[in-house]
Amino acid sequence: MSHPVDAPLIELKNVRFGYGERVVLDGLDLTVPRGQILAVMGGSGNGKTSLLGLLGGRNIAWSGSVRVEGQDVGGLDGSSLYALRRRMGMLFQFGALFTDLSVFDNIAFPYREQTNLPETVIRDLVLMKLEAVGLRGAAASMPSQLSGGMARRVALARAIALDPMLMLYDEPFTGLDPISAGIIGRLIRRLNDAFGMTSLIVTHDVNETLRIADRIVLVSDGRIVRDITPQEVRASDDLFIRQFADGLPDGPVPFHYPAPAYAQQLLGGAVGGGGAHG
Amino acid sequence: MNRSKTNVAVGAFVALGIVALAFMALKVGNLVSFDSAEGYRLEARFDNIGGLRVRAPVKSAGVVVGRVEDIRLDRDTYEAVAQLRIRPEYRFSADTIGAIVTSGLLGEQYLSLDAGGDSLYLKDGERIIKTQSAIVLEKLIGQFLYNKAAESSGDKK
Amino acid sequence: MVDFFERLGALTLSVLARLGLATLFFGAVFARMAQGAKRGALLVREIHFAGVRSLAIILVSGLFVGMVLAVQGYEVLQRFGSADALGSLVALSLVRELGPVVAALLFAGRAGSAVTAEIGLMRATEQLAAMDMMAVDPISRVIVPRFMAALVSLPILAVIFSSAGVIGAYLVGVELIGIDAGAFWSQMRASVDFRLDVLNGLFKALVFGVAVGLISVFEGYHAAPTAEGVSSATTRTVVISSLSVLTLDFILTVLMFRGLN
Repeated sequence: MSHPVDAPLIELKNVRFGYGERVVLDGLDLTVPRGQILAVMGGSGNGKTSLLGLLGGRNIAWSGSVRVEGQDVGGLDGSSLYALRRRMGMLFQFGALFTDLSVFDNIAFPYREQTNLPETVIRDLVLMKLEAVGLRGAAASMPSQLSGGMARRVALARAIALDPMLMLYDEPFTGLDPISAGIIGRLIRRLNDAFGMTSLIVTHDVNETLRIADRIVLVSDGRIVRDITPQEVRASDDLFIRQFADGLPDGPVPFHYPAPAYAQQLLGGAVGGGGAHG
Repeated sequence: MNRSKTNVAVGAFVALGIVALAFMALKVGNLVSFDSAEGYRLEARFDNIGGLRVRAPVKSAGVVVGRVEDIRLDRDTYEAVAQLRIRPEYRFSADTIGAIVTSGLLGEQYLSLDAGGDSLYLKDGERIIKTQSAIVLEKLIGQFLYNKAAESSGDKK
Repeated sequence: MVDFFERLGALTLSVLARLGLATLFFGAVFARMAQGAKRGALLVREIHFAGVRSLAIILVSGLFVGMVLAVQGYEVLQRFGSADALGSLVALSLVRELGPVVAALLFAGRAGSAVTAEIGLMRATEQLAAMDMMAVDPISRVIVPRFMAALVSLPILAVIFSSAGVIGAYLVGVELIGIDAGAFWSQMRASVDFRLDVLNGLFKALVFGVAVGLISVFEGYHAAPTAEGVSSATTRTVVISSLSVLTLDFILTVLMFRGLN
């Protein structure tokens, strides 16, 4: 690759994106250098998952540029995009394991599809990846037999099968007990450092994020409103940051969805803020 | 499911399909009948072909020897012209009689060939001269009633 | 009144959008057929899932349909003294119409709905997205084998259905009612033409296989990723497949058998 090693791996400039008429990202700028674990936090529906879609080329930005390793993801044709994706791994929210394949076959899937390795070599590689997430003993199980945390770890092993340069994590801690979440968090950190990857985590989990991330960005109204380190989060008395870190229901991010004045609506009897049906 | 077990099951499935198709070809249908391109052509003319259709069997002594290939109307004589395709192994004498017959009371109509005694045989493209048209039930009944009426009026005299 | 036109307009637009989506999807499926055909192991797996597992219902239904045809057919034919024609009545009905059509309807209910539900769930649980992110095209890997399995399985199932039906009719007509076995088979053979009847019937089944296969994978692939979305997609598969099969059957029958008998 002609892309220089010291240049940022991910560069988003002035990205606008949405679904139908709803705009979710509006002028987002983001740069991630190699080797970093970046956590993207923000309320639900703030376009965090769309951001992963843009990086993986599953979503195409309305305007602005999305560059991974210097390549404009939105402008790639089918085969170049697949070539790029082979160098990316993604952990989906609930693992997205293939339910009709065993744990072993799930992890063998990327090798069988993308390489011509003989089955004996694949077997060794699969066992190595399973060992890395501590689940070598579960190779023969089916995904339905695993707990949520174990499924997430198997999915992680599958995502790192081809030793990607970039790992995308979509809500990796959601729905896990604190111990399992802690295990996943530590794995993310360890894998990132051991394999020289770059990681982007979209998450709500403040505790785990503060523990493992190098850097945290807060997204609100389609753009990045804070760009800070975990240390800064702990020390900050910024109202916005405190609301996220402490999980306060109301603050700069309002608890209420925009609505007409409560008393007025109760008295007026109208739904949806207008009087059109009266 | 074990991969080899799956293969065996699918193999058996396909084999069963082939057996069923063979059953269709040999027992249910008449694949062995003959290809329509095979055999030689004869022509037969009738005043009325009744319910005879294209693809109806041509039988001799009850044995299927060919099929009706085409039926059309002669524009000059207003006769129905039936084109027959006869299997090559059967030959018919030049004085063969062709008749349109119904199998059973309401069964399908077929063309029956009754071989004569001539030493000359019909060749490809030739015509069966002696034919007997389909019996049209209405005409038959009409004729019967007419005869009865004629009889009874004769009795009175 | 304006409300009515507004709704009609919205409905028309949504139907057109769905048809456009379907056309694009079918194009994508057909374009990847060659790639998919190379994956023999996947195809075998799907034929097992769609075809082999439908075998029991096809065999049993075929047998019973044949038996019922024999009873009802005999009832009518014997009034005209043509009970011997039972074989040809049963065989022609099965080979030309009931075999392909009933097999396709059963297949849509048994295998088509299962394929829709499976693909819909794969979508809802992001398995398709995960595959796509692993640089494996879900259409070649998941959709094409399932579509081709329908294409291969349905003609096989249809001919098995017809055979089972003929055997059922034989059991009732000959063994139970007592029609002469020789007459039963010879009448059948005299009237059933392999090429015109059997092969045309098979061709119908192939067309139905294409229709049911495409509808099942399309509905699954474009199912809303919720429990409700998957269940309504499954229902739509059965309803749309059945209607398509019956409509196509009418069109094909007119094209094939008009002017014959």
